[in-house]
Amino acid sequence: MNRKAAPEKRKPSTRGGSLMRLRGLVRKEFLQIMRDPSSIAIAFLMPVSLLLLFGYGVSLDAEHVPVAIVVESPSRDTASFTGAFERSKYFDPEHYGAMRAAKQALRDHRVDGIVRLRSDFAQKLQSGATAPIQVILNGVDANTARLVAGYVEGVWTGWLSDRARQQGRTLEMPVEVDQRIWFNSEVRSRNFLVPGLIAVIMTLIGALLTAMVMAREWERGTMEALMVTPVTIREVILGKLIPYFVMGMGGLALSVVMALYLFEVPLRGSLWVLTAASALFLLVALGMGLLISITARTQFVAGQTAIIVTFLPAFLLSGFLFDIQSMPVVVQGITHAIAARYYVAILQTVFLAGDVFPVIWPNALALLVMAAFFLGVSRLKARKRLD
Amino acid sequence: MFRPILALMQKEFLALMKDKKSRFTIVIPPIVQLLVFGYAATYDLTYVPLAVYDEDRSAASRELIARFTGSPNFQEAARITRQDQIAPLIDRKEVLVLVHIHPRFTRNLLTGKTGKIQVIVDGRNSNTAMIALGYVRAIVTRFNLEWVETHGGPTPPARLETRAWYNPNLESRWFIVPGIVGLLTLVVTMLVTALSVAREREQGTFDQLLVTPMRPVEILLGKALPGFIIGAGEATVIILLTVFWFQVPLRGDLLLLYIGLFLFLMSAIGVGLMISSLSVTQQQGLLGAFMFLVPAIILSGFTTPIANMPTVVQKITLLNPLRYFMVVIRGVFLEDAPLHLYLRQFWPMAVIGIVCLALAGWLFRHRIN
Repeated sequence: MNRKAAPEKRKPSTRGGSLMRLRGLVRKEFLQIMRDPSSIAIAFLMPVSLLLLFGYGVSLDAEHVPVAIVVESPSRDTASFTGAFERSKYFDPEHYGAMRAAKQALRDHRVDGIVRLRSDFAQKLQSGATAPIQVILNGVDANTARLVAGYVEGVWTGWLSDRARQQGRTLEMPVEVDQRIWFNSEVRSRNFLVPGLIAVIMTLIGALLTAMVMAREWERGTMEALMVTPVTIREVILGKLIPYFVMGMGGLALSVVMALYLFEVPLRGSLWVLTAASALFLLVALGMGLLISITARTQFVAGQTAIIVTFLPAFLLSGFLFDIQSMPVVVQGITHAIAARYYVAILQTVFLAGDVFPVIWPNALALLVMAAFFLGVSRLKARKRLD
Repeated sequence: MFRPILALMQKEFLALMKDKKSRFTIVIPPIVQLLVFGYAATYDLTYVPLAVYDEDRSAASRELIARFTGSPNFQEAARITRQDQIAPLIDRKEVLVLVHIHPRFTRNLLTGKTGKIQVIVDGRNSNTAMIALGYVRAIVTRFNLEWVETHGGPTPPARLETRAWYNPNLESRWFIVPGIVGLLTLVVTMLVTALSVAREREQGTFDQLLVTPMRPVEILLGKALPGFIIGAGEATVIILLTVFWFQVPLRGDLLLLYIGLFLFLMSAIGVGLMISSLSVTQQQGLLGAFMFLVPAIILSGFTTPIANMPTVVQKITLLNPLRYFMVVIRGVFLEDAPLHLYLRQFWPMAVIGIVCLALAGWLFRHRIN
């Protein structure tokens, strides 16, 4: 029905008329936004509160790890070793008299690891044989366990070289690694987590802002009312897109300011690349919300779909926490459908490395394709849906 | 009393399952997502693109490099010959790790001095960088041990014997996949509950429900039980997949897992219904669902340990039911933890559940705009 009607409607509309109608639609949308403040909360309250919570809350840098230290026969040598643990900022050592109590503490989650010096530790050390140091970790959280194992190794090598120096020798390892960590030399996990979180939060904002709006019009029958006016589908979609785009960019600006000044993430690239990439990504996110809204028909289903397809995929498949190249090939293929993947790559590069265009262009192109896809399909589906 | 509750439950099920799209959304994605996320979510690196810059080109340097290229974690992506080739490779993310062996490497090694190698890592994701460096160090440590054995040299007077309980190979999948069980269970309950009252309010049918002789408790039960049944059913499917598909060991007592699941569902449904009865429109319900869901997942200890969080945030996590369920589910799967550890998780979930359900029931009548 609409297919026939639409071209006829468009003919008499001049460019100026179209602009005026669009202005009217945008105004109406803004009025609606003001009436239900939840959209404003989505655009501004959500990024601020989530970034605050996550920026401070999410950290992969373990410090003050509680460890049980069991020394079976104390001596000067064991004291010098446990002293190295006391001085380390990574550990909160607690002394346990017997292995049994320490193991119970590990089972009860009171400590994350046990370091045990057996009764013959000092004797073996003095006699020139290699003295074993037993380390038991709670391996449930494998990532943290590996980190803690690294810290233990650090304490151990520090102690070895101190000891060698006191005896007037130097400790020579055949091969030594001189490590350089580019872009984040002090290894602050916040520097990559905050840009990644911005991508996750923008995914939510974009989709949440638009996921309900078209479904609401259909559910309430106001869409059909709009259809009998000279307004075209393109104008309806643009009328929805423009206000939410403005609000989304506002939320994004807030997030970037917080990242730079509150969390002190360096911005080594240029602001315009960041802005352009973010605008592109916001279009994808809004387009995805629109498509959800148009296909779902009801707000209920649109809401459910938004919960399913936005947060967890952006959180787990965007490469912001988990390395994409280490995923199985099939899953890697799936990540290509996740827009946050491209945005995370751009954000981490622009924030930490600079304007590396060989990284930025392909990802921006992918975002552009996705934006065109979502908005194009939305437009097609919206037209067909008017039966 | 039961007949009206049953009738309401039936109506709720119809509302959820009648619409083909809604039925699909509730049933299929959680299972698909478990399969996808279960494979995606691991910190273990199986493909680290590596560049080699060997200025020494000796037997010893080749042997060291062979240990890298032969490792299952690394994949040689480039071999370079000039210093100025390093930066573009790393900037463009073509390699994650670069190993640079200096020209005096073998000479130092053979004269008993330390042969230095430089390792450059792309730190844009510093966690991945540190894991890759861990692999590098493990390879070099082994090389050192074997070098000392065959060529002689000072052995360190003490050595570490490190062992990990519960997860001897430190497979991060064993940690993450049980966590996903909790995640998806929470998502499903939110899907079922967060919009249910809000929708009725928006459409005006909730007022009709309120003028029936049904008491708020009965309405509450009628609204909560479908979420309970769907949540428990899907959680069971997901647990089965975790055990039989992902082969995560199940060492503890299933009964404890199900007591935990019961209490967790109660608290999650309580939160969902509370959000829903606070909202006047479905848009507000959806916003509320996200404002709970996202922090609940990120601050649950699912991927980043709660112990690393600042004290204030750690206090906030005490309100998060998922936090407790994570301990229960990992305790049952991997640890077979002592009973009192579970009890410490059970009662907070019960309290959260009862308080939220009571609030939701109270809001039914008292939130009328």
